[in-house]
Amino acid sequence: MSALEIIGLFKGYGTQSVLRNLDFAPEAGSFTSILGPSGSGKTTLLRVIAGFERTDRGTVLLGGEVVDDVGHYVEPSHRRIGYVPQDGSLFPHLSIEQNVGFGLRRRDRHGSMVTELLEMVGLGGMQRRYPHQLSGGQQQRVALARALAIAPALVLLDEPFSSLDASLRATVRQDVRRVLREAGTTTVLVTHDRDEALSLADRVAIISDGRIGQYDPPVVIYARPSTPELAHGLGESNFLRGTASGSRVETPLGLLLLDSSSDGSGSAPEGSSLIVLVRPEQIVLSRDLGHGQGSARVVATEFYGHDAVVRLCADWDNSTIIVRTADATDLPAENSSVALSVRGPVVAWESGEATTYP
Amino acid sequence: MTLAPIEPSSGPETTDGGGHPVASRRIRRPRVLFGLSLLVVSALALPLAFLLIEAAGSGATGVWHLVWRSLTADLLWNTVRLTVVVTLLCAVIGTLSAYGVERTDLPGRHTWAVLVVIPFAIPDFIVSFGWNSLSTWVVGFRGAVLVMTLAVYPLVYLPVAASLRGADPGQEEIARSLGASGLTTFFRITLGQARRAIFGGCLLVALVIIAEYGAFEILGYQTFTTEIFSEFKIGFDTASACALSLVLVLVSLIVLVGERSARGSTRIDRSGPGVQRVLTRRHLGRAKVPVLLAYGLLVGAGLGVPVGSSIYWIFEGGAHELGGVPLGAAALHTAGYSAVAGLIATVMALPVALLVVRHPGRLHLFFERTTFLGLGMPGLVVGLALSYFSEQHADGFGYQSAAMLVFAYALLFFPLALVCVRASIVHAPVELEQVAGSLGIPRFGVFLRVTLPLISPGLGAAFCLVFLSAVTELTATLILIPTGAQTLATQFWAYQQNLSYGQAAPFALVIIAIAAVPSYVLARFFDRLPARRGDGPGQGVMT
Repeated sequence: MSALEIIGLFKGYGTQSVLRNLDFAPEAGSFTSILGPSGSGKTTLLRVIAGFERTDRGTVLLGGEVVDDVGHYVEPSHRRIGYVPQDGSLFPHLSIEQNVGFGLRRRDRHGSMVTELLEMVGLGGMQRRYPHQLSGGQQQRVALARALAIAPALVLLDEPFSSLDASLRATVRQDVRRVLREAGTTTVLVTHDRDEALSLADRVAIISDGRIGQYDPPVVIYARPSTPELAHGLGESNFLRGTASGSRVETPLGLLLLDSSSDGSGSAPEGSSLIVLVRPEQIVLSRDLGHGQGSARVVATEFYGHDAVVRLCADWDNSTIIVRTADATDLPAENSSVALSVRGPVVAWESGEATTYP
Repeated sequence: MTLAPIEPSSGPETTDGGGHPVASRRIRRPRVLFGLSLLVVSALALPLAFLLIEAAGSGATGVWHLVWRSLTADLLWNTVRLTVVVTLLCAVIGTLSAYGVERTDLPGRHTWAVLVVIPFAIPDFIVSFGWNSLSTWVVGFRGAVLVMTLAVYPLVYLPVAASLRGADPGQEEIARSLGASGLTTFFRITLGQARRAIFGGCLLVALVIIAEYGAFEILGYQTFTTEIFSEFKIGFDTASACALSLVLVLVSLIVLVGERSARGSTRIDRSGPGVQRVLTRRHLGRAKVPVLLAYGLLVGAGLGVPVGSSIYWIFEGGAHELGGVPLGAAALHTAGYSAVAGLIATVMALPVALLVVRHPGRLHLFFERTTFLGLGMPGLVVGLALSYFSEQHADGFGYQSAAMLVFAYALLFFPLALVCVRASIVHAPVELEQVAGSLGIPRFGVFLRVTLPLISPGLGAAFCLVFLSAVTELTATLILIPTGAQTLATQFWAYQQNLSYGQAAPFALVIIAIAAVPSYVLARFFDRLPARRGDGPGQGVMT
């Protein structure tokens, strides 16, 4: 029995539909990231689960029990869901201790439980402080402790790290991850940050077109996205035209090996035309033009320290090619020509009649 | 297959309190709130309903006859010309004085900011008394223009100052950099930024002048309101008074609706999320001395004369020949009535404000609009309607009882309470209530443990504002005061009407002291509330 199950969910505002026939059922005890751009409906999904919004159609089950259905609705206060909103939303008029103990019975509010929770999130000794005396990261951790105090069967995190500055984000993320793993609750995190979604979760769900487009472990979802749209949503992507040739595909960058476990390409008939995904880090640049399969002109380079991005104009059809290279110290000059070759197997899909490239 | 990048669509994913989307299938209809709000709105509509019942009794022709018998061209001319002249003067004085304090390097501007606002707290009839008792020149139209302008220009000053504080001064600099002269910048940018505030202030000025009784009675200037009052008190012609009251309500509502449509709905305070830049104040230069003199004149006339003349009459008032209630007893009565009224009005405002802010919808917003009725109902009309109804249809039930006086105060000042409570609810994030709900707390528990503590400053402000307004209320109090009891205002009035200035003066001073000090505190409270979602209470109070 899973902590959460959503079947055929429809939800919109006015005439605008946001979620369309969405199914979702994370494994008990797992950490799921829901990834999607802003406006895709991921926060709406979270609010429906928490009970702040009602479904238009469909069923929401918590621990096997229907909490939202056509004729049935359970108030948020009876769902036992730990909800951690974007900015923490601590009660400004209550101390840290009172915040954490808010959902407990009166006699438990000053007990050892609150102290233990605060120690778990690394804020022991802060009981008497008030929210405005805490940093953003500390506030987030108090919000988490407050949510965990009611021993929730499910914890919902609504972009809880987006308001933190970059240096703080990584540590707070890992703290939260550790605490939730110790608590063993099923967790659903909503985010638009690809790195966050991929690095934190056991499984990643991508919202696309009002429903869950793919739900897989991070490694799988990055390496083998089930559609080109999802591939684009997960990271920068180069799409090439190619022709199926056995277990390989013929592209402007040469004959590339198809990922054998890839969904769409295994059954591609010989000679059919394919769309091939080449991740920017799969492409190797060389100044020696005879060295690679295809050549391109350098349009711009962006230096990031740990790596660099090179934007190219492909010689074969003038499309833009993005390359990420770990060797950031020796970048080709702008307007120079470079040779390209591809590392590792690629994913491909059969292309339809009217194919457009991003 | 289409390879379209996942574009951010414009789905309403916002979760903030103000822009909270209205769910197509509601979580739960807030039945309790709805029921309570309906009760409150019904209570607000009572005076008007009574007037209409009375009018229906006389029949349409009866009402017309009554109206036309009393409504002379003189009355109409008097009311209209005074309203127009004073409103214009207040717009100019209020806007200029606000600009001087907020945007120039006026010496001592923090002190001026306080001093120019205080006349707001002094009741109009006391300003009128202060001037009229000193000089026989201050009578009639010129007296009314002088006194009313001095007494009510803060109604323009306050919202304009607030909007200038909230507006981006960078716009002025950009206008200058684009080649606009100082004067052009003032007219095209600064006045544009303050436009809504000026309109809102002018509306209140007009409403106050239409509703004013005491000040005009002292000055011997006749308007609608003084005429209705004499029909009722002196002529005992309540039918005429009720019929005329309907006209008064109609005029007030026309002013309200006219202002709403005139001011437009564009937001002008700031574009972009940038942090407000430090203000570069305009140098007054050689204008410094004349400007200082002007401020001195304004404060001297609006604040110095009423206070000074009251002090003068305490020493020069002569024998205390008239009997009356002692100062302490009157003050106790005043405080008692006003406090209970403040409590009732605040409690009444709570469900309506919660419903309107937390559960927006057409019907609920309509509830809020009905508070227009409160704004458009002068104290005289509320007093008349309540007393007339109890006499004619309820065997005198409640007539001249403390309960009815307090109820009248609560109805009259409900809009003030609503503005305060509403502002504080808007500032209390709805997310906190949702989080509390998700922690297993039932709705009423959330209200007690989260909502109420968060909005308590607003509730306090609402109480204070209603309390102050009730302390300085005269017209309805004169009609509804329980037999034998006197408030500060009515006892002052009794002495003043008998030209016993020496005895009236201490009452005037006590009213000024009670009203002025807390108004200053209140003004600071509103200044400190952060402006959010264009619903800054500094502007909200007045518009």
